[in-house]
This record gives sequence, C-alpha cells and structure tokens, in this order.
Amino acid sequence: MPDTGLNNPALRTDTVSMPVPGTLPPPELPTALRLSMLLRCLAIQGSWNYEILVGNGMGFCVEPALRQLPGGPEGQPYKDALARQSVYFNAHPYLASLAVGALARAELEQVPAARIERFRTALCGPLGSLGDRLVWAAWLPACSLVALLLFGFGWSPLGVVFGFLVLYNIGHLGLRDWGLRAGWQHGLRVATAMGHPVLQHGPRYIGRVSAVLGGLALPLAVHRAIGGQPPLSPIPMGVAVATPVLAVLLVRLQGRAEGWRVVLLLLAAFVLYSVVR
Amino acid sequence: MELLAALLDLVPLALLAGVVGLDVVSFPQAMISRPIVGATLGGAFLGAPEAGLVCGTALECLALESLPVGASRYPEWGSASVAAGAVASVGATSSSFPDVGAFAVAVLVGIATGWIGGWTMVKQRQIIAGFARPRLDQLAAGSRKTVIGLQVFGMTLDLARGTVLGALMILVARPLAVLVNARWSVGEDLSRAIIITAVVGVAAAAVWKDFHAISGTRRLFVAALAVGTLLVVVGA
Repeated sequence: MPDTGLNNPALRTDTVSMPVPGTLPPPELPTALRLSMLLRCLAIQGSWNYEILVGNGMGFCVEPALRQLPGGPEGQPYKDALARQSVYFNAHPYLASLAVGALARAELEQVPAARIERFRTALCGPLGSLGDRLVWAAWLPACSLVALLLFGFGWSPLGVVFGFLVLYNIGHLGLRDWGLRAGWQHGLRVATAMGHPVLQHGPRYIGRVSAVLGGLALPLAVHRAIGGQPPLSPIPMGVAVATPVLAVLLVRLQGRAEGWRVVLLLLAAFVLYSVVR
Repeated sequence: MELLAALLDLVPLALLAGVVGLDVVSFPQAMISRPIVGATLGGAFLGAPEAGLVCGTALECLALESLPVGASRYPEWGSASVAAGAVASVGATSSSFPDVGAFAVAVLVGIATGWIGGWTMVKQRQIIAGFARPRLDQLAAGSRKTVIGLQVFGMTLDLARGTVLGALMILVARPLAVLVNARWSVGEDLSRAIIITAVVGVAAAAVWKDFHAISGTRRLFVAALAVGTLLVVVGA
C-alpha cells in the first residue's frame, strides 16, 4: 500500500494524546453551520497561491464555526483562532473538509493552540495523498470514461453532460459532506476516519472498474466520432490498427513526451498540409 | 451590424469561459470544466451542441492524460474547451457533426488554449501571493475582512482570467476556422479518422498508464476492449 502519511508520528501522537475531545461525545453540528462550512469548502482554493497555498481558504471555511467562540467575531479567541487557521496549509481540496470539521471542533473546544497547530501541520500530507489517489487518479478518470461510454452508446449532448455531472458530483459532494461530518465527529482523532475502507481501498476497485470502462468506451466512442462508418471498411480498420500503435508508442515515451503535445504537433502539421497542398 | 452580432455572440461565450475556468480550481470544482462538458456548452451556446460534444469528446481523451495530481502544472481545460466548442460550431447545424476543418482547428485551439491557460493560472497565483503579502500582518491578527477579501479577490481574478482568455481565443480562432474550412482538401472521412486516431491513442495510453499497476487490470482492459470492438462490429 502506498504511504499515505497516516503513520506520521505527529499525527499519531496527537490522536492518542488528546483524551478530552476524543472521549467526549461530539457536540451537535447545527445544520445551518454545516451547510455554511460546506458551501465555503467549495471555494476553499479561491485564493490558492504559492506562499500559503490553501491556508487562507482553510480560515475562510472554518470561520463560520469560530463565531461561536466566547465574545463572538469581535472577541480575542475568535481572532486568535482565525489567525491560526489562515496560515500555510496544503491538502486535497475535497478531503480538506475533513480538516475543516476536525479543526472547527478543536477550536470550539478550545484545545491548546500548540496542539492544534501541530495537528494541523500533520494533516497536510495524508489528506493530499489520499485525495489525489482517490479523486484525481481514480474517480475523475472513471467518470470521464463513463462519459465517453455514454457518447459511444449514442446519447444526446444533454444526456452525456448530465450523466457525467450527476455521477461525478454524487462522489464529489458526498465526499466533501462526509469529510466535514467525519472531521467534526472525530475531532483530533480524525486518523480513524482516514482509515475508512473507501479511502484506503477505493482507488484499487475504481481502477479495476475503469479498466473495463476504458476497454468498452474507446471502440464505441471512436465508432461514433468517425461518423459511424461500417466497421470493416478501410478507414475504421485503419483506425483500429493505428490507435494501439500510437498508444504503445506513447506508453513507451512516458515521461519524455506528453500525449497532448504530440497531438498538437501532429494536428498542426496535418492542418497545414490540408490547407496548403 | 455584423460586428454587433459577433459581439452579442461573444459576450455570453466569454462569460461562460470565465465561469467554466473558475471551476477548474477556485469554485466549485464540480467538473463543468471537463472538456466534454465545456465544449458541449460552448457549441450549444452557438446552436451546435452535437459539434461541441464531438469536439469535447476528442479533448476529453487528451484530458484523461493530464490529471491535476500533486503540484504538477497541467493544461487549463475549462476555458479552453468552451473556446474549442465555439470554434467547432463554425459551419455546423444543431444536429450535425463539426466540419472537418473546423474540427481540426477546434482541437488545436483547445490544446493551445489549455496550455496558455495553465500559464495564466501560474501568473494568477503569483498575483494573489503578491496581493496577500502586504496583508500577512492582518491575517496574523485574525482579520475576518482580510480572509474574506483575499478569497473574493482570488476568485474574481480567476473569473476575469478565464473570461479574457476565452474571449481572445474565440475572437482569433473562429475566423481562422472559417478560412481553414474553405481551403480544406483532404477527404472528410479520412480527416476525421486521423484526428480521432491521434486523440484516442492518447486516451488508450492514459488508461493503461493509470491502471496497469493494479493487479488484474491489464487482462480486464484487454478483455473489455475485445467486447467493445465486438459490440461495434455486431451493432453496425
């Protein structure tokens, strides 16, 4: 299994040495507050930059919860907590909601600042790695292949777009919402939630499904995209031979040439040839 | 009058490019920025959703390869696909495939805009960092106004970036597509096949690279490929 950072000693130390938030039942997360933080989580990368990365976005997402601190938005606890949450942070944008939930609870329970800061730092690596593997490398390509399959089956533009967006966002919004609730529920013991089977084993199962989706989708999508010509006529047969040859070439070139750059050059040459000759 | 009509077409398209560009990173990452969505919308705005969909499918095959993993720099497919969809609609009707000349230019414009878009995203992030730097003291003091202001600034900048990029590319590329369409000399079926072979080759390589390390997936992929091919032959 790839290293997801869950063995980070800082994270482990925090999760086992934090008896109070871990042993108390989680306080209720009011629906209005949850929705407010969830909506803000959709914009967590709004000010992403090379210096504090998603740090300001974290502060932005946790802020509605911090208003419940003693003294409200004008009080010193609010200002100290917001300042703590708006420094450098890095995570996968969807799984950052797990950190938002956990940190919001820790701040409202007024856990000592040093402990919150240590915990916050320890979360960065695991949340980035888990999210990249599950979402960018598995769920997104799988949904993209479903869209190609729907296109190959002859679905209308509206059907393909709607089918893709509904499927993708069931996973997307579900993950963000689960993350926020799980983070709030587990507080500083959030490592338990990060061991969830979907996060740990999901990419492997989605990968297998994607291999099947890819195999089915590509021939069907090609058939429709070249105009549905009889498959045993010369042009479709040529495509059936040339496509795997190009694919093998690109696999062998891995790391030396990206496919889109190769296509850019090939197509530019082809357009010039067709226009000039 | 023609200029006014062109502007009336351009404004909603440019705004669409901005909104779709915003979705790539800033808000809400619901993947309306995937090429198969963005290009279809771009084509649909000009009355040619089918042409947009075909162009979006081609770009989607390329986008399968460039996943936004880690801190890698990748093409910004959102605004790019709206521009590409708009270009693919040149000469197309509501239910027709794109003309081959326009299709080839649209795919090229999609890739080029994605490339330029990736560069503009880097610049945008540098601008946000520059905007944040003099306000770090206020952030350290827990200023709510500064936190929200930075967030709003970043998203507004991103929206403007996608809008301007989309507008410029559409302005340049649509007349080019008209010109290329008029001079296109290679047969339609062969041209379409060449373009599709190139992009699907990239998609097949991407699927293989993404999943081949997982045990059992190679056999599953090859078996499914055989079934898919059989479906095409039998279905025809």
